[in-house]
Amino acid sequence: MVLNILWFIIWGLLWAMYFALDGFDLGIGILFPFFAKTDQDKKTMLESIGPVWDANEVWLITAGGATFAAFPTTYAYMFSFLYLPLMLILYGLIIRAVCLEFRYKVNNPTIISLLEIGFFLGSLLPALLLGVAFGNIFQGLPIDQNGYHGNLLTLLNPFGLITGILFVVAFLLHGSLWLSFRTEGDINVRAKSLAKKLWFITLFFAVLFLVSAYFVTNLYSNYFSIPILLVVPILCVLGLLGAGIFINSSEILAFLSSAICIIFLTFTGVGGLYPNLIPSSINNAFSLSAFNSSSSQYTLAVMTIVVIIFVPIVLFYKFWTYKTFSYKIKEGEGEGY
Amino acid sequence: MDAVMLSRLQFGATAMYHFIFVPLTLGLGVLVAIMETLHYKTKNEVYLKMTKFWGRLFLINFVLGIVTGITLEFQFGTNWAQYSIYVGDIFGAPLAIEATLAFFLESTFLGVWLFGWKRISPKMHLISIWLVAFSSNLSALWILIANAWMQDPVGFVLRNNRAEMTNFFAVVFSPYAWLKFTHTITAGFVVGSFFVMGISAYHLLKKQNVELFKKSFYIGATFGLIASILVFLIGDFHAAEVAHVQPTKLAAMESLWNTEKAAPIYLILVPDESKRTNMVEAFPIPSLLSLLAYHDPNATVRGLNSFPSNDIPPVTPVFLSFRIMVGLGTLFIILTVLAWWYARKDKLLEHRNFLRIMLYSLPLPYVATQVGWIVAEVGRQPWIVYGLLRTDDAVSKNLTVGDVLLTFGVFIVLYTALAVLDFALLIYYARKGPLETD
Repeated sequence: MVLNILWFIIWGLLWAMYFALDGFDLGIGILFPFFAKTDQDKKTMLESIGPVWDANEVWLITAGGATFAAFPTTYAYMFSFLYLPLMLILYGLIIRAVCLEFRYKVNNPTIISLLEIGFFLGSLLPALLLGVAFGNIFQGLPIDQNGYHGNLLTLLNPFGLITGILFVVAFLLHGSLWLSFRTEGDINVRAKSLAKKLWFITLFFAVLFLVSAYFVTNLYSNYFSIPILLVVPILCVLGLLGAGIFINSSEILAFLSSAICIIFLTFTGVGGLYPNLIPSSINNAFSLSAFNSSSSQYTLAVMTIVVIIFVPIVLFYKFWTYKTFSYKIKEGEGEGY
Repeated sequence: MDAVMLSRLQFGATAMYHFIFVPLTLGLGVLVAIMETLHYKTKNEVYLKMTKFWGRLFLINFVLGIVTGITLEFQFGTNWAQYSIYVGDIFGAPLAIEATLAFFLESTFLGVWLFGWKRISPKMHLISIWLVAFSSNLSALWILIANAWMQDPVGFVLRNNRAEMTNFFAVVFSPYAWLKFTHTITAGFVVGSFFVMGISAYHLLKKQNVELFKKSFYIGATFGLIASILVFLIGDFHAAEVAHVQPTKLAAMESLWNTEKAAPIYLILVPDESKRTNMVEAFPIPSLLSLLAYHDPNATVRGLNSFPSNDIPPVTPVFLSFRIMVGLGTLFIILTVLAWWYARKDKLLEHRNFLRIMLYSLPLPYVATQVGWIVAEVGRQPWIVYGLLRTDDAVSKNLTVGDVLLTFGVFIVLYTALAVLDFALLIYYARKGPLETD
């Protein structure tokens, strides 16, 4: 039973890591067509995420793989119930990766503009739809003994859309803070002034999300019954405040604050869901929880050992990579991808 | 057409698309790492140019391998939910381990390699490419452990209406998995070496960058010769393991309908599935099938007619694919022996026709790997987990034909566009040769 709780936390952590890391490069992808004034700006934007975006996306694959290994029933229902939105996310990620990699390998202007549109859409779609999907999971999905009773349109309800937009604006803020951290000169100044505007928009949607969650979800019941847990949403808010405060004084602290905001935003949702991964909005008896949808204790134990040995190694070399590639890209010298 | 059939086609198509790009990643990664090692050791600039030239082609190909793989991981959940519930306790673990052990390593150090030319020491840069080559093969190991479990389920009990893992080491050290893994990666090495030899041959025919491409050809030929022999030998052991654990697949590979002692292999054979027999059987080599399958000329080999008719796979595609694979495998050994000999004696430029043959042979290992998977996967039908779970019972319950048709259509259009773009870029950069900036 302890292992189930541990894997529930790991499940939340993997999604949180994915959003905090891929979040900024998705944000840069959404900014790409609007922010870059010159080809040099584009090259700088791509170089800023070039060495890391691919490994960032692996957190998503790991989150999917871990859900499969630890909570196979949740994996099966989550992905088959949310079939079309998930497929759209996949199309987005496929298109995005290819457009990003091939942008500076082709010469044909028509294909280049198609690739740039693809990079934008491929960044926007996953950000928005993952938000929509999680907004709906927070509310609970219409599941009973006959399966799932929703479709793509029922997912696009107000709370689902608020969460989707919150993800997009939070990633835009996260991306512009990363860009200011990695650049200098004109592009750095513009990224910062954009981040300041995005900060207010993110704050607005974060408040809207937290308030409307009170009315349409059960996310708060865990927090009201165990008040110490309120630390989690408070850290989320502090992260967002930190991002606003540090914008002018420290680029790295502003970026890290925004990462903390995203991590604890995810945990606010996950903590409110507990013990469910996918609650049923019809009858809690059909909710998929950390206990009724899990693998055997044996498999959970095997996976725990794997995680204990290998995740520190992964974190170590990922940290080294970020350190190696945290240099400022010199003005006019961005090399593209 | 129902949702099961469409889901099968969709999965089959995405898997085969994925496997256009994966084998080259496996083989070319190692070759690029070897080239960079040569530069590190000799400081000869031509090896650096070589590393950058083949490295660019590696990267172009790599992207498509990655993105088509993500789709596969999620399709287990989207289209095969009943399968995922039934086997998730066992099957999910290698997938999650693959991501944790291999994907992070691969993608992180690919980024380091690509952007690290001026940022890290030459030694660290060299380590990066070896880590990329190592981890893409490690990733193949975990995915093939998962696949092998579907072929030969081990280390589990049936409990709570699903297969639950009882012995992780039985799953990881399954002989089927290791035979499949070594057969697959050596096949990938063959793909990589024919890719390098084919493109080098093109430039040698045009007498461009002769030194660079002669050296590349020699590296490819040496690597390819070893790989071609290994893939053949391991394939032989693999077939013997198939005979042992999947008798219906073996019988389909040879289109053997009736159980026979000292079973022969026919040089010419035409299956007739509707009559459950062969239309033509000519030129038998006595006892060869028994010998290959059980390493005993007098062994009895079970024929397809000894199994219930709804338990046997489609015979013709499996039989044909197997023959093509073995035929090509033999050809690869002959070609790489010649290639290695001519390259070693520095006689490549004199044998222009041989260079042409090597150029046009470039696609053949791709064909061999694709038909190899047809043998493995079609040969397993009607089971998704051999002897345990039928493919028909594995599909998601809530899927509609419209859903699958829509996503399948988009996949086909999208993947085709990407593949065209990818091949166009590969051809463009392969023909262009090393760039000024290299």
